[in-house]
Amino acid sequence: MKKLTSVILVSMVLGAGGAVWADSDSAGRSVGGKRLDVAPVTLDKYKQECGSCHFAYQPGLLPARSWEKMMATLDDHFGENAELDAQVAKDLTAYLVEHAADKSDYKRSAGINKSIAAGEAPLRITETAYFKRKHNELPKRAVEDNPKVKSFSKCETCHVNADKGSYNEHEVRIPGFGRWED
Amino acid sequence: MKKLSLIMAASLMLGTNAGMAAVVDDMLKEFGGAGNAQDGAAMWKKEFVDPASGEKRSCVTCHGADLKTAGKHATTGKPIEPLAPSVNKQRLTDRQEIEKWFKRNCKWTVGRECTAQEKANFLVFIRGQ
Repeated sequence: MKKLTSVILVSMVLGAGGAVWADSDSAGRSVGGKRLDVAPVTLDKYKQECGSCHFAYQPGLLPARSWEKMMATLDDHFGENAELDAQVAKDLTAYLVEHAADKSDYKRSAGINKSIAAGEAPLRITETAYFKRKHNELPKRAVEDNPKVKSFSKCETCHVNADKGSYNEHEVRIPGFGRWED
Repeated sequence: MKKLSLIMAASLMLGTNAGMAAVVDDMLKEFGGAGNAQDGAAMWKKEFVDPASGEKRSCVTCHGADLKTAGKHATTGKPIEPLAPSVNKQRLTDRQEIEKWFKRNCKWTVGRECTAQEKANFLVFIRGQ
């Protein structure tokens, strides 16, 4: 009887453990159980429409109010016309808002959101205090004056796993510079 | 019927994509008939000055002069797949896609939407590439 109880107990513990791991995986955590930086993009239409001209920035990189403003001004999108079909624009706005930084518990999303004043709706991720703090040690020659990089807006150029929502410092490879860890 | 068969046979001989043929033909009809490939080619290279920045812009700025090779987005540097249907079978097959880019790119390059005739010219020019 005692032995049977032990077996049942062990099974329950293992079962519970297994369930926890399964939950973690379905919640978008990496294999090691460690939470990713920013939730990866899950909508193909978003990848197609926005990613055809630039890196498909994850919704968790800006708060909902920023995305709403951005999607309402696509006729002048940083100096370019990026107008979308009305229905497509509506669908993408809904997706962006639902997964925005202020609605995400991913670590960098929370950090970005916290660094923006309540009354502000920045359109550039690079203008948020969080972004600036994380990139303030980089010399100009590494990014702006680096012909292989040129701009902070091209995340994927140096963050090799940016498309998976991972912006870990150890994964940074600056073209022409190599690894960057401060 | 006979005419249709001839058109189909001709399309097959030219090796053109049936999807592209139908989409472009429909659009040309709506644009009021025929486009002129030479006019399309000329406008492709024509430079327009953007009043805000003072910079010269043309289709070539991002797509390049040779439509059979890849282009590059002027601001972000992201590669743009070749526009020529002869090397990129996806081109001119999706009407929504064509209209979206006509609207965006005419506004950015020319500063206004292109006219029906200009769009017809571009369609015929690009189709022949």
